[in-house]
Amino acid sequence: MEIPYTIETREDTGVNNAKLGIWLFLASEVMLFGALFTTYILLRIGSADDWSQLNDILNVPLATLNTVVLISSSVTMVMSWASLMMKDFKKYKLYMGLTILCSFGFLIIKYFEYSAKFEHHLYPSTNTFLAIYFTMTALHGLHVIGGIIVNTYFWGPGSKMWNTQPERFTNRIEIAGLYWHFVDLVWIFLFPVLYLL
Amino acid sequence: MQPNTKSVAQHHDVHQSEHHELSFWRKYVFSTDHKIIGIQYGITALMFLLLGFMFMMIMRWQLAYPGAAFPMYFFIAPIALMGVVVLFITGIKPSVNTVAGLSLVAMAALIWYLGSSDENFPDGIMLPEFYNQMGAMHGTIMVFLGVVPLAVGAFGNYVMPLQIGAPDMAFPKLNMMSYWVYFMGGVTMLISFFVPGGAANSGWTSYPPLSNIATTGQTIWLLGMVFLISSSLLGSVNFIVTIVQLRAKGLSFMRLPFFVWAQFVTSFLLLLAFPPLEAAGVLQLMDRLAGTSFFMPSGLVVSGQILPNTGGGTPLLWQHLFWFLAHPEVYVLILPAMGIISEIIANNTRKPLWGYKSLVYAAIFLGFMSFIVWAHHMFMTGMGSTISAFFQTTTMIISIPSVIILSALIISLWGGSIRFNTPMLFALAFLPMFGIGGLTGLPLGLSSSDIHLHDTYYVIGHFHYVVAPGTIFALFAGIYFWFPKATGRKMNETLGKIHFWGSFVCMNFIFFPMLIQGLAGVSRRLYDGGEQYAHAQSVLYLNEVMSVAAWVMALFQIFFIVNFFRSIKKGEKVSDNAWEATTLDWSATTSPPLAHGNFDTVPEVHRGPYEYSVPGQKNDFTPQHQKA
Repeated sequence: MEIPYTIETREDTGVNNAKLGIWLFLASEVMLFGALFTTYILLRIGSADDWSQLNDILNVPLATLNTVVLISSSVTMVMSWASLMMKDFKKYKLYMGLTILCSFGFLIIKYFEYSAKFEHHLYPSTNTFLAIYFTMTALHGLHVIGGIIVNTYFWGPGSKMWNTQPERFTNRIEIAGLYWHFVDLVWIFLFPVLYLL
Repeated sequence: MQPNTKSVAQHHDVHQSEHHELSFWRKYVFSTDHKIIGIQYGITALMFLLLGFMFMMIMRWQLAYPGAAFPMYFFIAPIALMGVVVLFITGIKPSVNTVAGLSLVAMAALIWYLGSSDENFPDGIMLPEFYNQMGAMHGTIMVFLGVVPLAVGAFGNYVMPLQIGAPDMAFPKLNMMSYWVYFMGGVTMLISFFVPGGAANSGWTSYPPLSNIATTGQTIWLLGMVFLISSSLLGSVNFIVTIVQLRAKGLSFMRLPFFVWAQFVTSFLLLLAFPPLEAAGVLQLMDRLAGTSFFMPSGLVVSGQILPNTGGGTPLLWQHLFWFLAHPEVYVLILPAMGIISEIIANNTRKPLWGYKSLVYAAIFLGFMSFIVWAHHMFMTGMGSTISAFFQTTTMIISIPSVIILSALIISLWGGSIRFNTPMLFALAFLPMFGIGGLTGLPLGLSSSDIHLHDTYYVIGHFHYVVAPGTIFALFAGIYFWFPKATGRKMNETLGKIHFWGSFVCMNFIFFPMLIQGLAGVSRRLYDGGEQYAHAQSVLYLNEVMSVAAWVMALFQIFFIVNFFRSIKKGEKVSDNAWEATTLDWSATTSPPLAHGNFDTVPEVHRGPYEYSVPGQKNDFTPQHQKA
């Protein structure tokens, strides 16, 4: 027996299974990052140092560039989904490809930021600010890598589903998109909290 | 919904024609069927429960006879023997018995390995370091690998989709993944016994700074926890989506059996409370591996040396993040138990549950409140009386829904002609046992009386009353109750009753003395049971009482184990609806349920979950899917 509502929406709840599932997953992600932001606040309040000066060592221009890159990738992600809604598979490939490129761009810029810190012997163990900086950005980076894996699958081998179950494939891209926007959103919070405040 | 029901029916027809056999591995090992996964969870969790119980019995030897040589073979022989018996009880054909028998033998081997090591038992006498390992791993195994996987992973997985008329869980592959990730977590925890310094030894709460400077076992413990947290995340998303999306036609939320409601609220707790612990785990891993100081204050002196870490962190942060999970976790332990008890009480009183709606609202309220009571575990940390006052108030408030649930269940007994079968005996015992557990919690929740009681055996007695004769009795009740559904056979009633009465009496001899010792001021986590303390002398004799009761209780569990594995093949055959129940799991499926799809015809629900003894009906039970 097939599982009902994998593709079509259930009338009285207004969602299909996967969409409800991803929102629940994102809720738990909010709690995960929420705990880390709380940690940040507690450590900053309890610290003897002035964190607004400790973060002067961070590279704000690079992080701004990264913010632009990540927001662009969110836009192209929406475009790839919209292309599928308009049944334009070629455009989907293009926009999804761009999304993946942007994600790699983000990681490459992040790599330069990290290695510059390590060159100056700034490590997570240097002080509590750098500890939370590295932990949060690395965890966010892991989420970016997770998004790249999922999106690359849907760009490559996973896109075969378009030929057999176009509706289901479109749903999958929407759900991957919801996740990707969340990863973006976390960065939107991380950027001011870590670099600017 | 109408068109969809049709399409499901069509799929069902198609399926009948292409009925192909899955390979052994896909059918029994890497299965995506919720029933198989439920049984996998069940067997694994029962094995871990037994292992946690073994650890406790080893600790109790040390507590009763501090400094006496450990008679290892008395502990190993029964387990090994039982393993061999279970292996051969129904022949050597591969079956669930083979897995269980081998696990029992492996368990005996593990304890032999631990017991014969000079690092743990020089001259056969237990070292305090090893006692600490046992303490930490007893707690971890019981909570994260035993009770929760059994209550949620096993019962939730097996029963819930049947009760809501679903063909399977919403995401069968995630379901399989959740089991195997849990399994990996279990294996990781077991591996930690073989690293230098042994397993984690900082308690199941892993408070820093102690845990930050502990041996490698703590790192493995954290990795194991990451597995277990991921598993419960996958599981809880699946449970919520299944309950919301896959309810049969006509099964509105207020017609759900209370068991499903309990699983629903539990899943939200797992979904939202576990991630902060994951965050805390990541931070502690950073502290241990990358040299950060999230939980390390500046200038910490250990063994006369100032630690070289940079400091600036706070151990209290861990406690907040840990208890933010671990208090909701308490309700994860008790809610599914209440769900099981409700089903059994309604069925065996042959009456509708009293106050179904209040039960549901109480469970939801309980879920919400459980997120804002966590710091009552931290009254003594110096966080200030204002915050203590807040958490003391919320703690008093959260006791109200628990009392509502317990009262509704007790009132449900009123005027019923009760069937005293084994599941019902366990269910009836649950009520006063959980009552004692709950009431003894109130003095702990008041910040002033907690000054005297905190970190004593009173705390241990309190929460064990909730979890052991509370939740674990409910789980036993559930096993006796749903066994005929999974196997088509009943477990033996006589053996079941011996198991019940033995466990019931022993449980109280184990845990009630703890309350007395705690009131006398005996601290928890002492490896000699308080022998060195003058104030403990008058209650020291109770250590032996508790230990003997624990070992006797172990003997009574043999009745359960033999009964369980024997009944799989040789139990009395019963009809599909063995208990004459109303819910879909009994009334609309076969026993055992069909391999795929669960239902012959897609059920449609026309009434509430507990329509027992409805006047004017032919039978004293009216199935949910029976038309009006």
